[in-house]
Amino acid sequence: MSETARVVSQPLPVGSVGKLSGGWWGMIALIVTEASLFGYLLFTYFYLAAQSGQDWPPTGLPGLLIPGINTIILLASSAAFWAGERRIQQGGTRSSIFGFIAAIALGSAFVAIQLLEWKNKTFSINSDLYGSLYFTITGFHLCHVIIGLGVLLLLLAWTMMGYFDHKRHVAITIGGVYWHFVDVVWLFVFSALYLSPYLQRG
Amino acid sequence: MAATDAPQYRIDPPLERIPEMGRIPAGSAIEARLEKIWETAPGWRGWLSTVDHKTIGVRYLVTAFLFLVIGGIEALFLRIQLAGPDMAFLTPEQYNQLFTMHGVTMIFLYALPVLSGFSNYLWPLLLGSRDMAFPRLNALSYWIFLFAGLFMYISFPLGQAPNAGWFNYVPFSGPIYNTGPNIDVFALGMVLLGISTTVGSINFVVTLFRMRAPGMTINRVPILVWGTLTASVANLFAIPAVSLAFFLLWLDRQIGAHFFDVANNGQPLLWQHLFWIFGHPWVYVVVLPAMGIVSDALPTFCRRPLVGYTAVALATMATMLLGFGVWVHHMFATGLPTVALSIFGAASMVISIPSAVAVFAWIATIWLGKPVFKTPFLFFAGFVALFIIGGMSGVMTAAVPLDWQLNETYFIVAHLHYVLLGINVFPVVGAIYYWFPKFTGRMMSEKLGKWSFWTMFIGFNAGFFPMHIAGLLGMPRRIYTYPSRMGWDEVNLITTVGSFIFAVGVLIFLVNVVLSVKRGARAGANPWDAPTLEWAVSSPPPAYNFATIPTIASRHPLWEGRIEGEEEHSRTKLEEGYLLMRGRETLGTSPIDAKPVVILKMPEDSYTPFLVGLFVSLLFVGLLLHSWTFTALMAALSCAALSSWMWPRRKLGQRTTRHGPASAGRGGEGP
Ligand code: HEM
Ligand SMILES: [Cu+2]
Repeated sequence: MSETARVVSQPLPVGSVGKLSGGWWGMIALIVTEASLFGYLLFTYFYLAAQSGQDWPPTGLPGLLIPGINTIILLASSAAFWAGERRIQQGGTRSSIFGFIAAIALGSAFVAIQLLEWKNKTFSINSDLYGSLYFTITGFHLCHVIIGLGVLLLLLAWTMMGYFDHKRHVAITIGGVYWHFVDVVWLFVFSALYLSPYLQRG
Repeated sequence: MAATDAPQYRIDPPLERIPEMGRIPAGSAIEARLEKIWETAPGWRGWLSTVDHKTIGVRYLVTAFLFLVIGGIEALFLRIQLAGPDMAFLTPEQYNQLFTMHGVTMIFLYALPVLSGFSNYLWPLLLGSRDMAFPRLNALSYWIFLFAGLFMYISFPLGQAPNAGWFNYVPFSGPIYNTGPNIDVFALGMVLLGISTTVGSINFVVTLFRMRAPGMTINRVPILVWGTLTASVANLFAIPAVSLAFFLLWLDRQIGAHFFDVANNGQPLLWQHLFWIFGHPWVYVVVLPAMGIVSDALPTFCRRPLVGYTAVALATMATMLLGFGVWVHHMFATGLPTVALSIFGAASMVISIPSAVAVFAWIATIWLGKPVFKTPFLFFAGFVALFIIGGMSGVMTAAVPLDWQLNETYFIVAHLHYVLLGINVFPVVGAIYYWFPKFTGRMMSEKLGKWSFWTMFIGFNAGFFPMHIAGLLGMPRRIYTYPSRMGWDEVNLITTVGSFIFAVGVLIFLVNVVLSVKRGARAGANPWDAPTLEWAVSSPPPAYNFATIPTIASRHPLWEGRIEGEEEHSRTKLEEGYLLMRGRETLGTSPIDAKPVVILKMPEDSYTPFLVGLFVSLLFVGLLLHSWTFTALMAALSCAALSSWMWPRRKLGQRTTRHGPASAGRGGEGP
């Protein structure tokens, strides 16, 4: 073992640790491709809206109150998760559980309100072009929220089973960034579907 | 502290340790132990559960070649039908389905998967790692590819295969004009295949940034790696466009949505935008890795390093970047504003510049080297020639006025085959000749090899060059027959004869493969005296690839000391390196300069990738059949399988360990 240059002399972490883990990088790559997907969805929306030559949306301006509240609920869910994750990093595994439960509850509330919002619409996915766009885009997003909730439930279960501590909790980091991504995407969807018509109408 | 974790580490790895260095002599007891750690169970269990990138790579190659043969047979049917005027060998509808399935098979089920096969097999060997970043994801991407391929052929035996061409334009592919299951099979199949391509691409991207041997800095990775990396990054941005397009089409067809429905303000042009935003980058996705293969393998036969490594690597990325800006050149004839046409036309011309850089690099490499005329060299040199012809006809169609003339004629068919066969099939076959000894431990026959090359090369040019003329004579593409008075009889007959000669060449190649697997001469580790890392390990390589993780000091580790003008002091270390054998382990390094940063725990073989692949594919079958309960059941099963996949394991260091604060490892694992 004589002339081995560049031998590592400090210990290296073993296994999946935070941003050194493959999973973290994989999640970032997944987010890039998912973000493109939503990018193309919104491209589709604006392209068809611009080409349609009608008043847009044809059913009149969307109400902002309930979706606005819902947006705040979803953002709060992100914040709750973030707080839980911080607690784990500081070694407070127990109290992190409350953060995760709050995140799940808020996320579920978002889903419930969104489903109500769907129910109150006078159009449907096959009634007209706007309906197709509205339900497809919000549907894509809702699917992501539901999958994200599934992930959060798993993370909660794993935390309660004592799998994680301040040194090892890579699943939390990775699952968390997905959840934040889903929430940020909503801001774009919300701006496109709910806010942009107001701008266009001026 | 060494004593406390020694009996424990099999279950609870310490959270950090100093990686042990050492040598593992061939045939030693430690080597046997390493072998045991990485081996796959024999029999069907290992067959369904293996995550070895080499096995997966070979599967990709074999499956893709099967699809090439199927697509080729479909093409020969087309050519029989077109051999003379007014033939009735195929009905018009059969012709439509066959040319569609030919295009779909070649473009989606052969051209990229075959390159993924090479990359899967070669990447870890080229980079000095023991596997890809996500071995299980790798298995998943293969299974879904296989199932998606079968899916797209589901309706073929019923005579209801996709029939609207590989780019599947609406409104012809919409619910009004195309009522059978044909297009639904294509649409759902493409979304399914997109999953495979996406997870495969993620795997390549992360592997590049995490899994290189120490010292394999970013400017030392082989060009094949650059090619596949570029293609994979592009896929991350491009695949969602096509998956979305097909999904929206499926909604239009089955749910009654209106995205492409003109009567309700939908826009058929939306399809073209979404499709070609994906489609043009895709053309580079299926050629850049193949160009990378040539850039890496050609120098071996020129006995000198590639001329202009940096320029070629940069050109690879520049091509892709530009590739995202030129999709509109597929829509020159759709009545877009003139300004748009000019801009995109100009961009399409500019894109030939980086390609030209690569061509000059190859020519210079041949020119300045001492070529050895083995079979792989012939294929690579043939590729350069075809590339030039295909490139020229491409530049011609980038000129907007000329495109109006040539659009939808056989000139386009000629161009696309020169590009796809020239830049994909020829390098791929050459690459099989080149790496066959690594895959199997045996050489392929040179004699049959030369025969296969010349038959393919002559047949190809005889078959496809006349198509340019047919195009200039005004013959439209996608016609199932033509009357004699058009003056197209001779060119078509020549084309058909040439196609069959080409097919015979491919057959000779396949015969050569089959014979050589059993009876080829034994190959050593490095039969071509090649420079790159994959040739440092035995042929075929052991399950763990590298007994010790090497330390790399140059672009051509096996040619060090022979190349003029290189630095003297640094030398790659192959014999001695990181041992890493407490379970499946490899080294994670930093993205740019490849400094060791983490010891990665690699997963064991597992059935979950197969199960997830199966359930997800069945979910698509459920959608196709409108069986919503079945679909929901499969979705639930997929989620269950995925949760078990993601379940944090102590063995992989994903969970907290029992013995509290980290204990540094001991160095006593080595000899
Ligand atoms: C034996 C070799 C081959 C022969 C004889 C052949 C022949 C043909 C013919 C006759 C057509 C139909 C032209 C028309 O009616 O418009 C066609 C279309 C096509 N071929 Fe090939 N081909 C061969 C190999 C390949 C390969 C290797 C690829 C790709 C890697 C490929 C990709 C395509 C594509 C994308 C189309 C267009 C399909 C469409 O119009 O939708 N072909 N080929
Ligand atoms: Cu193009």
